[in-house]
Amino acid sequence: MSGFRIARGGLIDRSANLNFKFDGKSFTGHQGDTLASALIANGVHLMGRSFKYHRPRGVISAGASEPNALVELREGARREANTRATIVELYDGLTAQSQNRWPSLENDFLAINSLASSIFVAGFYYKTFMWPKSFWEKIYEPLIRKAAGLGTASKEADPDTYEKAYAHCDLLVIGSGPSGLMAARTAARSGARVILADEGSALGGSLLFENEEIDGTTGSTFAQAVISELASMPNVTLMPRTTIFGWFDGNIFGGLERVNDHVAVPPPFEPRQRYWRVHAKRAVLAAGAEERPLVFGGNDVPGVMLASAMRHYANRYGAAAGKSISVFTNNASAQRTAVDLQAHGINIAAVVDTRKNGKIINVKGGKSVKSVSLADGSHFECDAVAMSGGWSPIVNLMCHRGAKPIWNETIAAFTPPDMGSQFTAIGSASGKMLLSECLRGGIAAGTFKGKTPPTPKCRDEAFAIQPFWWVKESTGKAFIDYQNDATAKDLPLANREGYGHVELAKRYTTTGMATDQGKLGNVNAIAILAEAAGKSISEMGTTTFRPMYTPVSFGAFAGPFTGHHFQPVRKTPLHEWCVEQGAVFVETGLWMRSSWFPKAGEDWLTSASREVKATRANVGLCDVSTLGKIDIQGKDAGTFLDKIYCNTFSTLSIGKARYGLMLREDGVVFDDGTTSRLADDHYLMTTTTANAARVMSHIEFCHQALWPEMDVQYVSVTEQWAQMAIAGPKSRATLQKIVDSFTLNDETTPYLVAKDITILGGLTARLFRISFSGEHAYELAVPADHGNMVARAIMQAGQEFGIVPYGVEALSIMRIEKGHVAGGELNGTTTAGDLGLGKMMSTKKDFIGRMMATREGMVDAARQCVVGIKPVDKTMKIRSGGHLLNQNDKPSMANDQGYICSVAWSPMLNMWLGLALLSNGRARHGEVVKVFDGLRGHHYLGEICDPVHFDPKNERLHA
Amino acid sequence: MLIPCPHCGTRPVEEFTFLGDATVIRPTSLEPSSMDDWMDYVYLRDNPRGNYAEYVQHSGGCRAWLVVTRNTGTHEVHSAVAAKAMKAKP
Repeated sequence: MSGFRIARGGLIDRSANLNFKFDGKSFTGHQGDTLASALIANGVHLMGRSFKYHRPRGVISAGASEPNALVELREGARREANTRATIVELYDGLTAQSQNRWPSLENDFLAINSLASSIFVAGFYYKTFMWPKSFWEKIYEPLIRKAAGLGTASKEADPDTYEKAYAHCDLLVIGSGPSGLMAARTAARSGARVILADEGSALGGSLLFENEEIDGTTGSTFAQAVISELASMPNVTLMPRTTIFGWFDGNIFGGLERVNDHVAVPPPFEPRQRYWRVHAKRAVLAAGAEERPLVFGGNDVPGVMLASAMRHYANRYGAAAGKSISVFTNNASAQRTAVDLQAHGINIAAVVDTRKNGKIINVKGGKSVKSVSLADGSHFECDAVAMSGGWSPIVNLMCHRGAKPIWNETIAAFTPPDMGSQFTAIGSASGKMLLSECLRGGIAAGTFKGKTPPTPKCRDEAFAIQPFWWVKESTGKAFIDYQNDATAKDLPLANREGYGHVELAKRYTTTGMATDQGKLGNVNAIAILAEAAGKSISEMGTTTFRPMYTPVSFGAFAGPFTGHHFQPVRKTPLHEWCVEQGAVFVETGLWMRSSWFPKAGEDWLTSASREVKATRANVGLCDVSTLGKIDIQGKDAGTFLDKIYCNTFSTLSIGKARYGLMLREDGVVFDDGTTSRLADDHYLMTTTTANAARVMSHIEFCHQALWPEMDVQYVSVTEQWAQMAIAGPKSRATLQKIVDSFTLNDETTPYLVAKDITILGGLTARLFRISFSGEHAYELAVPADHGNMVARAIMQAGQEFGIVPYGVEALSIMRIEKGHVAGGELNGTTTAGDLGLGKMMSTKKDFIGRMMATREGMVDAARQCVVGIKPVDKTMKIRSGGHLLNQNDKPSMANDQGYICSVAWSPMLNMWLGLALLSNGRARHGEVVKVFDGLRGHHYLGEICDPVHFDPKNERLHA
Repeated sequence: MLIPCPHCGTRPVEEFTFLGDATVIRPTSLEPSSMDDWMDYVYLRDNPRGNYAEYVQHSGGCRAWLVVTRNTGTHEVHSAVAAKAMKAKP
């Protein structure tokens, strides 16, 4: 508890005090702080508990790689789990809670896990909880879930909004440190469209905290000047707070802009986050490099931090990690930390450099650092430790499309692969460790044509590293992966147990998993694993880098497409009329279809039953506009349809409709519907509601890819026509009152006629005499905008005959009474023969599916085919999904004879009826079978019958 | 992934619907002896690493069926041609 605010300096506004709460306790910070820097300045090091052992943990880094300081930010519906305190910008009124501790961060009961740590070694999930097997689901898993795991998601709906946006540019610059700024400025000055994105709240990258001198001024002043110039240019878009999280095919980058994460509540009409898709002609990776921890005993005690993070907090935020610091390093860069902190008046207790054989063996201290002990037996008292294990270029994005990074012995780091000129790495992201190289590389990357401008003057600090990975003499736990509590010893163990491949070791030890994806620990892990396996680091290689670079919220992915906007709503042209009639609607795909039209007090079944009875007794009107309608024209239209349908359409008379059945090329039924011939070269196809789009696409494919030589054109006219079924004995009398100047009779309008007519004094309409209900019936199509008006006119005309509106429930009851197949039977497994429509398949022509439908298995007599089914006990309700068995058989796959596809209460026959698929079913009418309904836990007897339950001689159709 | 539709220009992959192998040719024979050819046409597909020609419909655009050749390893799109123009006459 020894962090404090340095008296002056830093890029914070000390005049602006911000109050915030961490674990219920109040603190004050300044404008420009992060949550982590404000906590450090307030002397708070303990920010979390570790995943398995519940060890006390403090902040390690100052950026996106943070594995320890994960908090639940905000409260209630806006609570966000696992946010990194290192990138949370402080605002007035911020609230945050620590995670993974009980009852409190200071006194975590489950820290007892640390004592049982021998069972938490690598692979413990696979070893420890294997036996007894029955314990897993009830005891082990809930126990692990409770003990492990990180933050808790809010269970309330997110009140904020999210946006999606596209951007295009000549050059996308990812990272705004020295190399990124130079690339952006050079390209922008030449007129290129530039986007400069950086995950930080302020642009400038390392120049915001490293003491550099460029062109005779400080690094941060230099950066400010460049940023001001860029901000003034119309061809430049600056995107701070924007993480480019993925690189995708076509040089497309995914970005997450945290538009309003730095305020408690976004201002009105502004999103919290914006999800960007950036199309870049070229892009440069200037994401910098990540400092690595060293692996030694107690390297996770709160107060042990990356050396660069420690000077980052001191120089940028004026937050000192301690009063007396030990520095532990294997390279030259940590010297900066010693120099910078000393300049802030902080004591440097020791600088321990492995290049001079210095090693810290153990850190003493529980919730904070007390002292360090060295290999040579000496001890130093200190309250914080700065460590540097070298630098890893942040190669992630360049490896998102499958390439692997390349090991560079000189800087002991993986550097990005060469991905061509579309996406190049510059600066320390490419392994350049000198400032002058970074500036020069940026300028070169920003030069599109002509001479390269001169490089600003700067002072370089030589970089040297001697790889050193693990202090093996350590007696305390030496952590590789803080977030997953994986220790150095886990990796040799994984290798000994046969999980030495880098991808296997990852899964076995969990190293490199969770929210940080091993940003700090992976290279150390690879080096230690390589040594254990007797391989070079290069041979061991890395695990796979995948998007997202850092976690992206579900809200950002969903964007505005939530709730009502999740998908579009399709309303039929008759929707208004349906609403007037009191329809209850059902979602069918995107469509809202009128399901039933209840009168006061009626439930769905009472309503649908009344609609059926009224239609069969008098006349009913149903909205069938959702059926797919495809207009097909051309000299070869008939021949083309002969290919698409298994039956023949080229012989259809003009002015007639015919039921058609189409198969898939594998011989299974695809879709059905009536298709009419309106002229010699003009057909109108109807499809089922569900398959309308698929059939359209199929037709387009068949013409363009299979038979392009045919002269045929097609267009969907589904939405251009309002279509109504008028069914029942009084349908003709009703229609007669609205058609113009002709008499409806079997001469002018015989069964299956299709003709253009006019109604209501000159309105265009198409009349079809077809029937799905089994009644004497018509379908009338009118231009969409006339739909509501015509439906009202029909209702008025039918009033004297007792006309009713009926919905899809009544429609479904009537088709099941009549044994007409629909979705339940056209289910992607049935052949024409199975549906009792085998004779429709022409033997005189080629059609889609013809050959495959002749295969042995497709014509086997034992196939399940459509039958009718009714309960032996006629008072019983039957349900679809029940399996059919021979009466004395037990339910099993081997004994299965088929299943019930569709059921309905028949108001005409006063019982439940169904359609089923039954093996060899047509020969079994009259047989009694056992219906096994495992889902509802019962079985009963059913009688197999002809699928046409009602009016078997079709007398009503022609009445 | 971006696909250069010959009618609409370069468009994002979400506007397209993939069907599969565009190198298979539908047999013309209806003789039972041609069943093996039909089985190959309907079911047998190569799964190459490298260049692959596929039927792709610009379903969210001009609705034309295209033959798109891409590298399955790198996802690089080499060409996109209208299927109508590609059709090899038997």
